[in-house]
Amino acid sequence: MRAVAQPLTQELVLPRRSPTLEALRRLIRHRSAQVGFFLLGLMVFTAIFAEAIAPYDPIKPLPNVQRRSPPCIHLLGCPRDRPQHLFGIDGNNRDLFSRVVHGSRLSLQIGFSTITFAIIVGGLLGAIAGYAGGWLDNAIMRVMDVILAFPSLLLAIAIVSVLGPGLINALLAIGFVSIPVYARIVRASVLAVKELDYVMAARAVGASPLRLLFVHILPNALTPLIVQGTLGIATAILDAAALSFLGLGAEVPKPEWGLMLGEERNSVFNAPHLVFFPGIAIMLTVLAFNLLGDGLRDALDPRLSGRGYERR
Amino acid sequence: MSRYVIRRTAALIPVFLGILLMVFVMVRLIPGDPCLVMLGERATKAQCEAFKERFGLKDPLPVQFARYGIQILKGDLGTSISTGRPVAVILAERLPMTIELTIGAILFATTVGITLGVLSAIHQNSPIDVATMVLANVGVSMPVFWLGLMLAYVFALVFKDTPLFLPPSGRLSPGLSLPPLSRVWGLEDVEGFPRVALIFLSNSVLFNSLVTGNLAAFWDAVRHLILPSVAVGTIPLSIIARMTRSSLLEVLGEDYIRTARAKGLRERIVLVRHAMRNAMIPIVTVVGLQTGSLLSGAVLTETVFSLPGVGTQLVSAILARDYPVVQGFTLAVAVMFALINLIVDLSYAYLDPRIRLD
Repeated sequence: MRAVAQPLTQELVLPRRSPTLEALRRLIRHRSAQVGFFLLGLMVFTAIFAEAIAPYDPIKPLPNVQRRSPPCIHLLGCPRDRPQHLFGIDGNNRDLFSRVVHGSRLSLQIGFSTITFAIIVGGLLGAIAGYAGGWLDNAIMRVMDVILAFPSLLLAIAIVSVLGPGLINALLAIGFVSIPVYARIVRASVLAVKELDYVMAARAVGASPLRLLFVHILPNALTPLIVQGTLGIATAILDAAALSFLGLGAEVPKPEWGLMLGEERNSVFNAPHLVFFPGIAIMLTVLAFNLLGDGLRDALDPRLSGRGYERR
Repeated sequence: MSRYVIRRTAALIPVFLGILLMVFVMVRLIPGDPCLVMLGERATKAQCEAFKERFGLKDPLPVQFARYGIQILKGDLGTSISTGRPVAVILAERLPMTIELTIGAILFATTVGITLGVLSAIHQNSPIDVATMVLANVGVSMPVFWLGLMLAYVFALVFKDTPLFLPPSGRLSPGLSLPPLSRVWGLEDVEGFPRVALIFLSNSVLFNSLVTGNLAAFWDAVRHLILPSVAVGTIPLSIIARMTRSSLLEVLGEDYIRTARAKGLRERIVLVRHAMRNAMIPIVTVVGLQTGSLLSGAVLTETVFSLPGVGTQLVSAILARDYPVVQGFTLAVAVMFALINLIVDLSYAYLDPRIRLD
């Protein structure tokens, strides 16, 4: 540890860029954010152009193929006269590569929709709790505590058992168990600023409570929401895959990665490729959001460093 | 400290009430007539009336809730629809597996996680550090069930007929079995709670095999536990490794560490006696916070390795619409989770006196 006094230069005295630009610059230079951006870009590209990338239909069985046959890649020595199947054939005579490619679309939708739901509902609840205070605050936050008293995936499983299996119900369940985190974040930022002078000033000039909340108070919650939301998408994708794996989420023949794993889990010893590739796809997608979340946290709000994964 | 213990324990009461209410409400939210759900679609009107009368479903909801609470306090978790057996007994049979798996996972996660974290902190930016951090990032991103399947493939098929072979499924190898402890101890006619406790102990394979001196079964059970524990422990391991690294790095930058080094202490002493002691506080918290992920992971991993635990039973109960079992198991897991969190909070307060005075 060596501390040397630095002469004050113009650079140290005057920040030359706006905070937003500064944060963006930190984000772009962040190593894990770079990897995260790259992986996520790959996923989004695959999801958008799934039809063009996938050589076969993800649902219709192919004629004249051997069930569960291993990958056939021409570059790696598979005979040219046989059709190419990058990830092999699944148990229903479908091209696994096409299914995995189409699955990216589903997984991104799952991640974004559940977390958007959780942020909107949780954010509103947290804002009401923080802004209103008193018994309403107490009531809302105690309910949130009860939800947090369950291990999240197990609560989601229990909710699906009530609603009945299915992708939509699984998403509702995962969205529901994610609500408390966002409620807490928004409530904390509302409490932190609602008594500050600038809010008082806005109230004094006659701003309505809604305007106060949405224009003056809530923007403060944006940074932690973005960070937690990005990490939350990763968890949501994992949980949705888990529910589908257990047979409680997406239904056949949907090209959902967790479901593909669940369908073929008994063939892991004779056709390991059917389990390997969907799992890698889940891992890369989740990794992308985790890395991006880390980068966002470091770039947007250095104070938050070291948190994030604590609760799952 | 004792005041803190009392306050923190008392805070559990509303949480337990909340959990109870949630589980109570959840089952009443099931769409459709509870009678048809419980008795099946072909139940007649008369059967339904008798059913509702018997289970008090005609009373006001608060009365039903109070009755449910009292019933739970008496240790009665209801009766399974599909098998007609008490849920408490099913739980006592299934819980030991999940607890053994969770303990195995936490042992794996803490020993390996803390070791890796310490190594990467003292060799910051070395290849070990980079590798550990890459591993930690990949580790939290892997689906537990997929890792389980891959481990089973590698250790049961690729390493077949080598010393590294590990069994991919089940609790004990075929041919091995353990006697119920009630028979071993001649307590076959006890009833009530002691009977449930005996079932619980008998099904704790590791405990049972040790008590009965069946070392072959014990070793076999340990081998069956390795792969599932690694699968369940990988996510906590990654988080613990990251936390250990950052916490230790922070402590190593403190003045008192420089002082300790300056007075000529050996690096090992500085690390173990001075740095680790303070660095442990956030690590303990993180270990505690991982219990939720451990319990969820255990549920998923049991299905992969066909282990007779809470998870496999819960999933089959859901698919069979056996609601009393789902209700009882959910309740039990939530209560367990709350108790573990209590223990973590108390040990945290013990390690860091500042917490008690908040």
